[in-house]
Amino acid sequence: MFEVVRLTLTLAAVTTVLLLLVATPLAWWLARSPSWWKEVVAAVTSLPLVLPPTVLGFYLLVALGPDSPLMAPLHVFGVRTLAFTFTGLVIGSIFYSMPFAVQPLRTAFEAVGREPMEAAATLRASPLDAFFTVAVPLARRGFLSAAVLVFAHTIGEFGVVLMIGGGVPGRTEVVSIRIYQLVEALQYGQAHALAAGLAAFAFISLLVLFLIDRRFSRLGA
Amino acid sequence: MSTAAAGEVRLQGRVGALAIDVAFGLPVGVTALTGPSGSGKSTLLRAMAGLERLDGAVRLAGEVWQDEAHFLPPHRRPVGYVFQHAALLPHLSVRRNLDYGRRRAGMEAHELDHVVALLALEPLLQRATSRLSGGERQRVAIARALLTRPHLLLLDEPLSGLDVEAKAELLPQLRGLFSQLAIPVVYVSHDREEVGRLTDTTLVLEAGRLASAASPAALAAELAGRSRAEIEALALAAIHAGLSTARRPSG
Repeated sequence: MFEVVRLTLTLAAVTTVLLLLVATPLAWWLARSPSWWKEVVAAVTSLPLVLPPTVLGFYLLVALGPDSPLMAPLHVFGVRTLAFTFTGLVIGSIFYSMPFAVQPLRTAFEAVGREPMEAAATLRASPLDAFFTVAVPLARRGFLSAAVLVFAHTIGEFGVVLMIGGGVPGRTEVVSIRIYQLVEALQYGQAHALAAGLAAFAFISLLVLFLIDRRFSRLGA
Repeated sequence: MSTAAAGEVRLQGRVGALAIDVAFGLPVGVTALTGPSGSGKSTLLRAMAGLERLDGAVRLAGEVWQDEAHFLPPHRRPVGYVFQHAALLPHLSVRRNLDYGRRRAGMEAHELDHVVALLALEPLLQRATSRLSGGERQRVAIARALLTRPHLLLLDEPLSGLDVEAKAELLPQLRGLFSQLAIPVVYVSHDREEVGRLTDTTLVLEAGRLASAASPAALAAELAGRSRAEIEALALAAIHAGLSTARRPSG
């Protein structure tokens, strides 16, 4: 039981950190680029919101499987497949939670507007300097929302992790899958403990998010 | 010439529906840039700072900011820019707003004290920018621009958002401040009276082109010590320019 919770929290933490690193430049580009076809990219990153997780999980399974051309470069390192591995699970989670990071960050970056960035430029800040010293601090609410939503959403996912991870005990079996298996085995007591724990966790994360957000807005940030 | 041009600006290009085509020198001291709204004043100012991209050349104090082959991005141009609504960085205190540019421009901390005294900002230093009045915001913005050791100071309608009292208070302060600067200052305003109290060098922009480039006083100074033939040639040129201006429908 403890092993399952630990694996779930590790997956959520690793996914949150990596996804914020991927989503930040992407959201910045979506917020600032004048091109119309950026909306094509925005639509693709939002697909997990509307696709059944099994569809996404299925294609990820194919893409990370031994016969996938994407895996071919890894064969030389002795890695034949990432399906049913923790790494595969992380990759799947990153795609699945992508919109929960990109949307709040894009909105926050758009709210920063051009003027503070232009002011920073006339104060001798290079674009990268201005990004870290002006855009990121001004978009901090977006970063907080993205981090909390991605972490909570990763813990709550089921379809994708089942498809791509297969629920291998100790390696890819997360809390949501364990609950399913406990119910299958009619072990309602243990299922209850885990399910109630997840529900409480989800509630607390959202409450923390709203409280911090409220505090930020009071400070006029 | 009565005043040595420290810089020159020659810019052309289209921004939206507006075609800009101007050329003028930048003497040390205040040059007002005025004209009706939509005539391209702000666009021109932004282009000088590199925030907007127009074709042509901007040279200042022997440095090329842009020409056919070069384009310095805004953060590489030694320009001080005062935005219409101050554009203070909202997540930083007044003091940290001032330090933001000062540190990057490599100015010493004691130079901050000087500018702070000049604009009477001492009581505001620890304040959040959201707790400043309109006039205070503009004073901070001007101090912040001066603390980047600018070779050119650009102000985009700095008084337009202020009420009458704040304007009346800040205008003489600005005049005193500008008289101490040894760099060209370009001051954009649509208010001719405001401009008249700051300088007698005025450029009038109409639909992206310069309608007139000098006051009578500046013209007289220009003519002093010239030969009769030179003056006649200049007069002819002036009449020609005046006629072509008068023929154009004015904005």
